[in-house]
Amino acid sequence: MRLASRLGGAALSLVMVAVLGFFLFRVVPGDPVVSMTRGRPTTAAMQAELRAQFGLDRPLHEQFWGYFTSLLRGDLGTSFTFRRPVSDVILERLGPTLLLVGTSTVIAVGLGLWLGVLAAWRRDSAFDRTTTGVSLTLWAVPTFWLGMLLMMVTGDLFPSRGMRDTDTAPDFLSQALDVGHHLVLPSLTLVAVVCAEYLLVMRSSLLEEMHAPYLTTARAKGLRDDLVRRRHAVPNAVLPAITLVFLRFGLVVAGAITTETVFSWPGLGLLFYDALTGPDYFLLQGLLVVTAGAVVVMNLLAELLYGVLDPRVKVV
Amino acid sequence: MILKVAIVQQIDSMNPFLAVFQSSTEVGRLMYDYLTAYAADDQRVTEGLANRWEPSADKLTWTFTVPEGKTWSDGQPITAHDVAFTYNLMLTNEVARTANGSFVTNFSSVTAPDDRTVVIKTKAPQVTMLALDIPIVPEHVWEKVTNIKDYANDQMPVVGSGPFVLTEHVAGQFIKLKANKNYWRGAPKYDELHFVYFQNSDAAVQALTKGEVDLVNRMAPAQFDSLKDKAGVTRNKAQGRRFVELLINPGARTRTGEPIGDGNPALGDVRVRRAIAQAIDLDALVQRVNLGYAEKGAGLVPPVFGKWHWEPGEKELRTFDPAAANAALDAAGYPRKADGTRFSLRLTGRAGRAYDEQASEYLKRQLGDIGIPLDVRLVSDNQLNEATTVATYDLAFSGWATNVDPDFILGLHTCAQRPGADGKGGTTDAYFCDQAYDELYARQLSEFDEGKRVELVKQMQARFYDQVPAVVLAYENALEAYRSDHFARFTTQPAQGGVIMAQNGMWGYYGAEPAARASASGTTWVGFAVAGGVIVFIVVAIMRQTRRRRATAGERE
Repeated sequence: MRLASRLGGAALSLVMVAVLGFFLFRVVPGDPVVSMTRGRPTTAAMQAELRAQFGLDRPLHEQFWGYFTSLLRGDLGTSFTFRRPVSDVILERLGPTLLLVGTSTVIAVGLGLWLGVLAAWRRDSAFDRTTTGVSLTLWAVPTFWLGMLLMMVTGDLFPSRGMRDTDTAPDFLSQALDVGHHLVLPSLTLVAVVCAEYLLVMRSSLLEEMHAPYLTTARAKGLRDDLVRRRHAVPNAVLPAITLVFLRFGLVVAGAITTETVFSWPGLGLLFYDALTGPDYFLLQGLLVVTAGAVVVMNLLAELLYGVLDPRVKVV
Repeated sequence: MILKVAIVQQIDSMNPFLAVFQSSTEVGRLMYDYLTAYAADDQRVTEGLANRWEPSADKLTWTFTVPEGKTWSDGQPITAHDVAFTYNLMLTNEVARTANGSFVTNFSSVTAPDDRTVVIKTKAPQVTMLALDIPIVPEHVWEKVTNIKDYANDQMPVVGSGPFVLTEHVAGQFIKLKANKNYWRGAPKYDELHFVYFQNSDAAVQALTKGEVDLVNRMAPAQFDSLKDKAGVTRNKAQGRRFVELLINPGARTRTGEPIGDGNPALGDVRVRRAIAQAIDLDALVQRVNLGYAEKGAGLVPPVFGKWHWEPGEKELRTFDPAAANAALDAAGYPRKADGTRFSLRLTGRAGRAYDEQASEYLKRQLGDIGIPLDVRLVSDNQLNEATTVATYDLAFSGWATNVDPDFILGLHTCAQRPGADGKGGTTDAYFCDQAYDELYARQLSEFDEGKRVELVKQMQARFYDQVPAVVLAYENALEAYRSDHFARFTTQPAQGGVIMAQNGMWGYYGAEPAARASASGTTWVGFAVAGGVIVFIVVAIMRQTRRRRATAGERE
């Protein structure tokens, strides 16, 4: 029953997102046709033709109905900016975003949780103070600024834009190495910015467990300090961190708008930015549906997974 | 040898009938020649696909000759039929008029009686027949295209007539073109031309200093200054074809005469507009906001277009004079109130654009001095467009890029460019509508004696300056820089003080000459070495950590 209601709730959220997306972006000021043709010799007839091509000349309720019915068929419409189906454009950008945000989320989660455990275990030591201090500082730093700074400091060690060079050899190894080379700075920026979140959550939830009687019992049994931490303390403290990780995984798809903009990384975040300058209604709607959908699905997964991780939470 | 160019605007389409973005048009110029071209050195009309042209006595029929010997990049000869096919496609298919339809609105028919001759008949005499910025496409490729709207033109390599052939386009990342060895003017002096996309212009400047790209344009003054004395980098401060202006809502109306928007009614009085213009210190704006990288504004046509540019004579010139502006406002019936102000105005500009942010501070002070306090509203690009499209502004920043032929920028300020009764279909943002100006516009459009036409064009600019629907604040310099250790020189347009990118032509890219000893960079491997080093360091650190932990644990047991 509860599973069914959870699924129903998720589906309802998706429908609401789809409806909201349509009206939300129509409120964005600006006329796409005027923005597109600005600076060119344009006649009123040419503007009318563009409006007709994009379906913008129809009444709003007709536009909405057209959008909604084609959405149900899986058709997200055509982007004004790229003059291609929105689903193609999004699909093309999904890979780069998953690569960048996925890689950095995995690194940030691993590093953050590990450092968080160590910091909590040696609370108030020099190690705790340094790691917590440094990661908090990085968290507070504007992403844009950090990215530019990294780009300047590293000189010509790493490329400053995009995912690939235009003159790399076409074989797989060279291409893969080239992508890896381009990945370093943007993922470093992202890790630096989000790592603190995991570190702090892990640290504080482990601190809560530190004085629990079962740890004393474990020590009294003669267990090594390392084992006490690994087998007893951490499993009990990791749940809040897992929640956070899953929420974050949902946001992976939304990309990292700022980081992608700084490094011109061809992912969904950059696409969002470009779509807003149109405003490219169909692309914006499509992006919202896809990214919100990812968040809804990941949240659902997180809820289901709790039951597995923690027997106290039952999802039937 | 590859020339790598940074572009900061997206590409909308490679289909020349649909592409409306400036960046797409610029790449399109490399792929397809037009019927005529603008010379690199002085921008006069020169040979394109046609090398001779002749209007009839009544100026209604134009005969162009496409000479023998020019070929498409696939080896097929270029004929008059290709030209007629392209123009007729636009005349018969509404979708094909999306990007360049304005150039053919006055055409009544286009025919190709033989392989070499194109005959264009127009409905009324049109002086801009040598300024038809329409890419000519190969008939043998495009006759098979059934649906122009969905045709992406991505059958690589794309058959064209220009100095470069499109070979790869990855949306949002890069565009690759190869030199067209069969180009009728002669092949370019290097092999490939790559455009790489930057979302962030600071990163583009960084990439230039690192040697990742060879050519960057549209730099801000501060970015341009930062490249001074940089080894291997040469800067090009060029006369641009853009101007920035301050719109003064003159009481906006639609084409049918209905009032539109909510401009302050006081601005409908030309004396008020003149007083505002007189209270603005243009020299100070150029020096402090443009950091000297601009020329003081006057007429609608920037000085780079030589003979068409107009400067006010002694009689017409409005010098910066707050006292006179104050007196004029008093005389016009707008006395200062008890608090020292006359009436307040909104000034709308774009947030994040350095010019608007800084210039608005100066304008606030200068108009404050004549009793007009400003409410400065810096908004997003879209909001600014919205405000000017429906005339919900008093004062607003705007700007235009102009073409070699002044028709576009002049026509933009005629009554017909205002929106229709439904508030849509307008292209002006100044809402200027003046009988005298419109009459001059119609006359210059059918004046085939160039000397006389230049005179009319100048009179129009004088009229615009006198009626002040907008104050042209400055003609901005185009700030560009290139790796002179990779490329020794570029062809600028015009030859003296001209631009490399964003030309009315493709000369900048076409004429680029590689430096004698261009060095290849080995940065990639240094990068990998450093990355590898970092990884090894981390692994060692982790191992040490684990060992220490084991050790302490052992002691504790």
